[in-house]
Amino acid sequence: MTKILLVSHSEKLAEGLKELLQQMQPDVDIEAAAGDSGGIGTDPDTISTKLQAWKEEEIVVLFDLGSAWMNTDLAAEMSGMEEQVTIADAAFVEGALAAVMEAGFGSSAARVKAAAEAAGSQKKRPEA
Amino acid sequence: MNQQDAVNWILSFQKKIESSKEYLTDLDQAVGDGDHGINMNRGLQHAAGVLHEKTFETPGDVLKAVSTAFISKVGGASGPLYGSAMLKASGSCGGKETLEDEDVKAMLRAAADAVQARGRAERGEKTMYDVWEAVVRAAEEKEDIDWQHVRMKTAEAADATKEMQAKKGRAAYLGARSIGHLDPGSVSTRMLIESLAEVLESGDS
Ligand SMILES: Nc1ncnc2c1ncn2[C@@H]1O[C@H](COP(=O)(O)OP(=O)(O)O)[C@@H](O)[C@H]1O
Ligand SMILES: [Mg+2]
Repeated sequence: MTKILLVSHSEKLAEGLKELLQQMQPDVDIEAAAGDSGGIGTDPDTISTKLQAWKEEEIVVLFDLGSAWMNTDLAAEMSGMEEQVTIADAAFVEGALAAVMEAGFGSSAARVKAAAEAAGSQKKRPEA
Repeated sequence: MNQQDAVNWILSFQKKIESSKEYLTDLDQAVGDGDHGINMNRGLQHAAGVLHEKTFETPGDVLKAVSTAFISKVGGASGPLYGSAMLKASGSCGGKETLEDEDVKAMLRAAADAVQARGRAERGEKTMYDVWEAVVRAAEEKEDIDWQHVRMKTAEAADATKEMQAKKGRAAYLGARSIGHLDPGSVSTRMLIESLAEVLESGDS
């Protein structure tokens, strides 16, 4: 099953999101790679470690801000895992939720990414 | 350019960053999160430590070590950008002990291409790529690199970011409000190139 990695500048943000997602869909493996040396930021070494734990798997990454994808790209290159790592350019919360639900249906990384990227434009509040 | 020149290049850059870290941080405060000076200073302190501790055979070895320091210690967007630039610059130097002007041009181009690829940046988006792109063009203009000319074009490119609207990086969230502020990464990249010019313009590269 496609794995989901949450790359965020904030550990609290990533851990909180992971908790929320895992409650919706406990069957999908979700990990967080967040923070830099205990502070705000992202760190390619932290991201690489998480990627390498899933060496044989397809991984879709959700990220919060721009430099997080640069570090994810770099980490995938450093780990020689460019083929397995798919980065979704999506809203962090809504995208991650859509990704996790899609992954739970056994979908490929490409479909999980597409689901995540489509999610940001959905209205959350029903029309009155 | 030999390995000692490469070491001197980075040590000179470290001094420039250290003495302007507040300035860079102020620039980043206006358009970002105010950490650029801190990020760069942390990475360069570390790089300088490594350069003092170890011995290197070639400029490529020096830049490889610098790249590792940047990737693991700078953080922010500038960490992967500067780190990738130095990594590809190092690769372009290969195992050569001395770089001729032609090799220096190739090294600069490799670094610029790495920044462009890592940031998916294009010219005119108010990022450090604007400076890198100008550096490469200026260096390639003459057969023997005219460092005075490179310095001038580098300064112009960094200054020109002031009137641009940011399209990449954190500053892009400001939209038109990013106009009127220098791009911090462009200012630090200008310092990197000034250090290189200082080291190489005195003698033959
Ligand atoms: N996508 C990008 N492409 C090229 N350069 C970028 C990009 N995003 C940011 N930058 C550069 O990085 C600099 C900001 O670095 P820094 O403050 O250290 O990182 P952060 O923005 O993550 O806090 C900007 O001034 C800009 O020059
Ligand atoms: Mg910043």
